[in-house]
Amino acid sequence: MAQKNRLTEGGRIDRSKPVNFTFNGHPLQGYAGDTLASALLANGIRVVARSFKYHRPRGIMAAGVEEANALVQLETGDRTLANQQATRIELYEGLSATSINCWPGPNFDLMAINSWFHRLMPAGFYYKTFMWPVAGWKFYEHFIRRAAGLGISPREADPDQYDQMNVHCDVLIVGGGPAGLAAALAAGRSGARVILADEQAQLGGQLLNERCEINGKPALDWVTTAETELADYPDVTILRRTTTFGYYDHNFAGLLETRTAKLTDGGEHTRQRLWHVRAKRVVLATGALERPLIFSDNDRPGVMLANAARSYLTRYGVKVGSRVVVFTNNDDAYRTAIALFEGGVKIACIIDTRSAPDGELPTAALALGIELVDNSTVTGVTGGRGIKSIEVMSLNANADGVTGVPRMIDCDVVASSGGWNPVIHLHSHSGGKAKFDEARGLFIAGETLQASVCIGAANGEFQLDGCLKQGFQAGKKAASLAGLKKSSRRKLPVAETIDETPARILWALPTTKPIGERGKHFLDLQHDVTVADVQLAARDGYKTDEHTKRYTTLGMATDQGKTGNIPGMAVLAQALGVENPGDVGTTTFRPPYTPVTLGAFAGRNVGVLTDPVRMTPMHHWHELSGCTWEDVGQWKRPWYYPQTGETMQDAVNRECLAARNAVAILDASTLGKIDIQGPDAAEFLNRIYTNAWSKLAVGKCRYGLMLREDGMIFDDGVTTRIGENHFLMTTTTGNAATVLGWLEEWLQTEWPDLKVYCNSVTEAWATLSLCGPRARDLLTEFTDDIDLSAEAFPFMALREGTVGGIAARIFRISFTGESSFEVNVPASYGLALWTQLMNAGEKYGITPYGTETMHVLRAEKGYIIVGQETDGTVMPQDLGMDWILSKTKDFLGRRSFARNDSMRADRKQLVGLLPLDKQTVLEEGGQIVAENSTARPLPMIGHVTSSYFSANLERPFALALVTDGRSRMGEQVYIPMKDRNIPAEITSPVFFDPEGERLNG
Amino acid sequence: MVKSFLRQSPLAHLHLEARPLMAEALPAAGISISECAHTTQIAVRGQSSDPAFAQAVTTALGIALPTDACTASGAPERVHMLWMGPDEWLVVGPAKTDDRIGDKLEQALNKLHCAVVDVSESRTVVQICGANARSVLDKGCSIDLHPTVFSPGRVVNTVLARSHITLHQTAIDAKSGFPSYDIYVHRSFAEYLWSWLEDASREYGLQMNP
Repeated sequence: MAQKNRLTEGGRIDRSKPVNFTFNGHPLQGYAGDTLASALLANGIRVVARSFKYHRPRGIMAAGVEEANALVQLETGDRTLANQQATRIELYEGLSATSINCWPGPNFDLMAINSWFHRLMPAGFYYKTFMWPVAGWKFYEHFIRRAAGLGISPREADPDQYDQMNVHCDVLIVGGGPAGLAAALAAGRSGARVILADEQAQLGGQLLNERCEINGKPALDWVTTAETELADYPDVTILRRTTTFGYYDHNFAGLLETRTAKLTDGGEHTRQRLWHVRAKRVVLATGALERPLIFSDNDRPGVMLANAARSYLTRYGVKVGSRVVVFTNNDDAYRTAIALFEGGVKIACIIDTRSAPDGELPTAALALGIELVDNSTVTGVTGGRGIKSIEVMSLNANADGVTGVPRMIDCDVVASSGGWNPVIHLHSHSGGKAKFDEARGLFIAGETLQASVCIGAANGEFQLDGCLKQGFQAGKKAASLAGLKKSSRRKLPVAETIDETPARILWALPTTKPIGERGKHFLDLQHDVTVADVQLAARDGYKTDEHTKRYTTLGMATDQGKTGNIPGMAVLAQALGVENPGDVGTTTFRPPYTPVTLGAFAGRNVGVLTDPVRMTPMHHWHELSGCTWEDVGQWKRPWYYPQTGETMQDAVNRECLAARNAVAILDASTLGKIDIQGPDAAEFLNRIYTNAWSKLAVGKCRYGLMLREDGMIFDDGVTTRIGENHFLMTTTTGNAATVLGWLEEWLQTEWPDLKVYCNSVTEAWATLSLCGPRARDLLTEFTDDIDLSAEAFPFMALREGTVGGIAARIFRISFTGESSFEVNVPASYGLALWTQLMNAGEKYGITPYGTETMHVLRAEKGYIIVGQETDGTVMPQDLGMDWILSKTKDFLGRRSFARNDSMRADRKQLVGLLPLDKQTVLEEGGQIVAENSTARPLPMIGHVTSSYFSANLERPFALALVTDGRSRMGEQVYIPMKDRNIPAEITSPVFFDPEGERLNG
Repeated sequence: MVKSFLRQSPLAHLHLEARPLMAEALPAAGISISECAHTTQIAVRGQSSDPAFAQAVTTALGIALPTDACTASGAPERVHMLWMGPDEWLVVGPAKTDDRIGDKLEQALNKLHCAVVDVSESRTVVQICGANARSVLDKGCSIDLHPTVFSPGRVVNTVLARSHITLHQTAIDAKSGFPSYDIYVHRSFAEYLWSWLEDASREYGLQMNP
């Protein structure tokens, strides 16, 4: 199909490179340099989408980031992208796009029936209708989401990659138009580290849409020269296709770079890159967005922004229509009329709300013979899927109504301009206020909280020459404030200044009937919010912009109201009788400026890089042995080691029996280890732990319990006195870093007088824990300098020597209740020693065991696990651990024992539980009741904290916290489940070897 | 007996030393990387305000105690010392040389209030250099590594990707201007960090240094 609206020459596209694409299945062709929108217009495609609520046919209304109508579903399958603005999609070979929000297609859409019932769907319709009955929302939601949804998210995993970059600079310049480029040149020349980011593939900003000159030559020549110069500065980075989507405190900005021209596919690159930029100074040269005029049925395909019509002609060589009406309240739109006229587009007329405009531009347009209809407004649009004609009437004296005889004008495009809004979104993100410029009817940046400045059109400067001047000035100043004073004497570029006469701001334009009764005056095209909706909100009692926004959903679509918000707020002000729209305010803009793929935030933290897997020195041995893993913080610990055909219970039973009857080995390297040195080390431990440390002999170990200030258990572990002033503390795996932080906090903030240094040595040692009756036999084969006999090396002692020829520390400590040897060797020897122990231990039946077996064995002994028997509300007394609380010294948490809550008689206490049927393993977390009743609820007296089947006891058992548990020994309690109450008997929490004889064996 | 050759660095199982063979295929690799295993690393704690302490360190090691934040003293290829905090340093000795750094320090410091802890086994060192070394680090580290800010002899404790690291810029090539860095990473995180570095380097081309 021929590109019937393409000019034979002109534009910044490459006609020698045709690009094939499909839209709603139709094969079409555009050129390299096109956007999807310009290619669609070149092919004469008018209706590209249906609207959100009323499903009205919609066409392309803009040429850039402010597009509210032309959203498409780009591609299908795993690379599909929903709700993409056709105006921002660079055309690529094979592109396939479909309209969203309509079925079966945009030209005939069944949901358009909504349009006929619009009177039933006023603002706040959902709040008013679907809130009753409350439970009904779940039912309604399904249908509402289907009817009102936008594009479709992919169901497959994203095949593309995203990454991130952290950079610092002296000056971040957002926007590569004339002002931004000028600022980059000035800052670059002063030697500053500069980042210049622009959302488009080409620099130039508005210059790409214009035919203006700089230094008497085409403006884009200047852009090219500037780019070349900037490329020579090693510390200037130009980021194209990069949207600064958020601007945060401390001059921190988020930028999203699309790294390839083909938006949907990164190819060899990551598809998009998120830049975290920390800048000393920020220059916002973000330009301005044109706002539409708000007239009746201003959403018809063919109604577009005047600057967009100019852009399609100048930049893409596309005629937006064959007979164009330019409708304006200001001089700038005359540029469009002149450009289109000179490009060979028929201009039906220019309609101006002003009377007899006499500025330079109107005069020039009239000189071309273009008809001017002044002091008038469009009162109606004929044609649903494309404009056929418009109705025009004169404005009355107050401009709140129309007068005279309606005139019909044939046309297919209305290029409307309601003036320009500076893009102050980023300024607003970072806490800056907006200031209403009454004379010009626009919001400009007020006070900023950051080291930033708005320049150029973003600062309300719409003259090219002024933009260049502000740019150079701002770039130089920003560099200077960042500490770079090098000055440049180069001549500044100049451009012609054209005086523009003031606009006539009318906001909602009248028709022959009150607003809402003849056609729809759309404010927010993407969310279908009209002037009537905002006026209704005002009548419903909404007084502020923030509330009105939420009630009507004005500006809450993905375009965030880039064209509709300001007129919307002005309409609200009028409806409330507030003279100055600035008094109603504009809503706070929030990041992101344009939508950001979630993948970009995830970056490379996906798949195997989602989170670090911490590995012990023996990790890969475990992996090869086929163990299952338990995640303990970021560590992977072997959970159990199933052999072929074994269930988890089989494996755990086998491991448990080996530990009590032969020899078993555990990788305990993950336990936190803290080296504590200094003359006050013992005193420090006295304060940190509940028990006393001063008298611990060198070479001896002691179990310690740490409490928080509130008296609740925080951590536990064994600490060994290595030397007079030297201790080695162990902590639980999960708390290693927290405990070190805790120790440092007390040392640094409360007890700086204590001479103690703490150093983490967790990672320095591989810890191999051997337990069971044959552990000593095995270890004896590996050491000739340590007497391992029970008499020479008693329980809770340390010996240093060699194991397998490696310098080692052996601790006789036990978490299983068996005679144990915890062998510590330098981490890099861990795997070698483990392997040798496994080989040599075969004859003793050595069995590697995992955390599950460790848990079972310790529970048989009634040993607690912090975080399992404790949950931050458990005190030592609750666990029957009064024996570890020193009465002769103070320690952290001690004072809290005197709190009322600590002294309650009915606190939960640690007990054992034996299920009466000797079969059922209780569920951990199960609630415990005293009464065997089917009634619910029942008073709950406790809960199960740990529960296992014990191969050694040949029955299931559990630990539990039960109210006043220690006085309930022998009592029968019940654990209610969904279908039954499981009876169990309360017992002592020590099930195995209560005398502890095996520890010393 | 456990043979000394069975000693394994945290990245030994990846057999990185075998990979330089592939380097010929990547003449333009922007990243060059290696594991520097089994260096001697001694954590030293003490009062830098105490002249006796600073003097004792210098006597033991022959290099000054770096007291400015985020700096190093000594030459990277010999014994050097990294500032880790106001009262904390890491003394680093090359692999296979003077194993007695710790003893010397303990002897020199034994009358003072300080701590000397051998943490050689805690971390391994990944050396990275090349045209794009800084870009790779920028992908996961928010510290400003621009040469005007972070130059040879600078040290920082920071986060790279999701792992704590100590980053030491050891050199800048006089001809090419390319920087070299030592990345100290706790051994349990080493494989994760390696995977991350390999991934981040892919677009620049990665080669292993023997």
